[in-house]
Amino acid sequence: MVATQPDRAAVAAPLLSVEDLTVRIGRKTLVDCVSLEVARGEVVGLVGPNGAGKSTLLRAISGVQSTAAGEVRIEGRSAVALGRRELAKRLAVVQQLPEAPSAMLVSELVLLGRHPHLGWFDRESGRDARIARLAMSRAGCLELADREVGTLSGGERRRAFIARALAQEAELLLLDEPTANLDAGAQAEVCDLLRTLASDDVGVLVVLHDLTLAASTCDRVILLAEGRVVATGSPDEVITAEHVARMYGPGVAVLRHPEDGRPIVVPALGSRR
Amino acid sequence: MNADRADAVLDVPVTRARWTAFASIGPTAGAVLLLAIVALVAMTQGAAAIPVRTTLGMLLDRLPLIAIDQDVPATWDRIVFDVRLPRIVAAGLVGAALAYSGTAYQGVFRNPLADPFLLGVASGAGFGAAIAIISPLPSSAYGFGWVPVFAFVGAIATVSLVYAAARSAPGSQGATLILAGVALSAVLSAGISFILLTGGERARPILSFIFGGFNTASWERVIAALPYIVVGAVVVASHSRVMNVLQLDGEQAAQLGVNVTRSTLIILAAASLMAAAAVSVAGIIGFVGLIVPHSARMLVGWDHRRLLPVAALGGAAFLIAADLASRTILAPEEIPVGVLTAMIGGPFFLYLLRTRRVDGGR
Repeated sequence: MVATQPDRAAVAAPLLSVEDLTVRIGRKTLVDCVSLEVARGEVVGLVGPNGAGKSTLLRAISGVQSTAAGEVRIEGRSAVALGRRELAKRLAVVQQLPEAPSAMLVSELVLLGRHPHLGWFDRESGRDARIARLAMSRAGCLELADREVGTLSGGERRRAFIARALAQEAELLLLDEPTANLDAGAQAEVCDLLRTLASDDVGVLVVLHDLTLAASTCDRVILLAEGRVVATGSPDEVITAEHVARMYGPGVAVLRHPEDGRPIVVPALGSRR
Repeated sequence: MNADRADAVLDVPVTRARWTAFASIGPTAGAVLLLAIVALVAMTQGAAAIPVRTTLGMLLDRLPLIAIDQDVPATWDRIVFDVRLPRIVAAGLVGAALAYSGTAYQGVFRNPLADPFLLGVASGAGFGAAIAIISPLPSSAYGFGWVPVFAFVGAIATVSLVYAAARSAPGSQGATLILAGVALSAVLSAGISFILLTGGERARPILSFIFGGFNTASWERVIAALPYIVVGAVVVASHSRVMNVLQLDGEQAAQLGVNVTRSTLIILAAASLMAAAAVSVAGIIGFVGLIVPHSARMLVGWDHRRLLPVAALGGAAFLIAADLASRTILAPEEIPVGVLTAMIGGPFFLYLLRTRRVDGGR
């Protein structure tokens, strides 16, 4: 009944819905008929072994990787039909190894995140500067505002690019391994930030290598292998001993957190015979 | 996330970023002053030395509502307004166009070595112009010269080939871009020489394209090239912020809402139009689009909204000064200005190679 009314249907449409997305490069299928949804206020983790197609999937969703089949919808509207600019207002991406000129200041980099919101001849206003400043403070890099990008450490650089994505004020955020190469404290900070964003009604889709981190951060986890969705559900349902053994071999064990019962994945040395 | 919550983090000192919004006023004003001084000096120097005061008086006298009574020989009037001024305006226009297009190429290719000369665009434009000169086409039709049109076609074809070569090449795109440009430039220069040597009397004007210079500058040529340069500059300038976003990698730029392919093609076409117009006025003058944008970037940084105006003014001043040197150093002999810029630009290129990586070392 509800579905017959188009405007009601639009309200009910999930923030991000991906239907049967397929990416082929040459004769190799990197993403194979993947469907997923991300709702507002939800952190969805994308996990899986190396080469599972996680990064390719994010790039395809953000429209920089051409797809062989399938559709990406933002609140029910086709991402292709939205166009680059409108898409960039709704969807922001933090890539794994983004580039920027080394002489660019962090504050200038973050201000570039305002680009989709500015008209052809607009200059960044005081309001844009404030939004950039807030983005930097949320990403924990406000004290880096006057530093040149080329002088940042790996972790500082990561925070600067997260701030750039936050400055887009998109309701949907895609991140490709935002915790790679960070120390344990910085990893926890990034995951905390994702939770805070979700509590502000942002939808987050994040590729994480660390299954324990994924289990403690995400509301739902999607396990991807060879371009296909193998399992999807709560961390408890997806990060199981069976799945982990199948995906990562017998060298890892799944424990339970003594307090909240969430899965913890640890190496089980000597189990490989 | 809403802007009001930002108030909490507003109580911090003014950052360098906000300060740099005004930081370009100094260098821009400096570049305007430099251009004015260089142009004035260039008007006074030459076979007949005319005092600066007298020259200033003559210039002001030409302005409406201002009358300055001074005793000036009629020959001085002709020297300043018919000989030196068109030459200075031509050099300034060409210098600005080359520096502007160099800045645009460097911005789009994210490569500090992308200069109209090193990309082969200048030779491509020269080749196009050479074909226009020996072709049986009338020298102009409906007030539009054929030379700039052919030069533009040559420039566009060259930059397309070089861009395609760099995109399809494995490994370092930045190095491939310049290598492909230099290789294509060699082929096209050989082509120009061939046309010159086999074209007979009709091909004689091509000689001045090879060396590049302003000894044949005239108001007609300046006016013929001006519309192309203005159109190119307006298109490039309107893409200033897009070029800023393109300083990030292409995927990030796309994810920030930039149509990367379309913007790249538009900016390349506009930059090539400017370079071709410059070549059709003055022939092949290398390295202006390398030296000037690099110096401007050191002064005002990477933001194209600050960089482009300073590069244009600096390019004009640089080429007027170079032309002044070319006609006075060995007077009454003239050194082609292209020879002079190459003598400065070659070592500068080597210096850039030593101090910066071709890729990403921006």
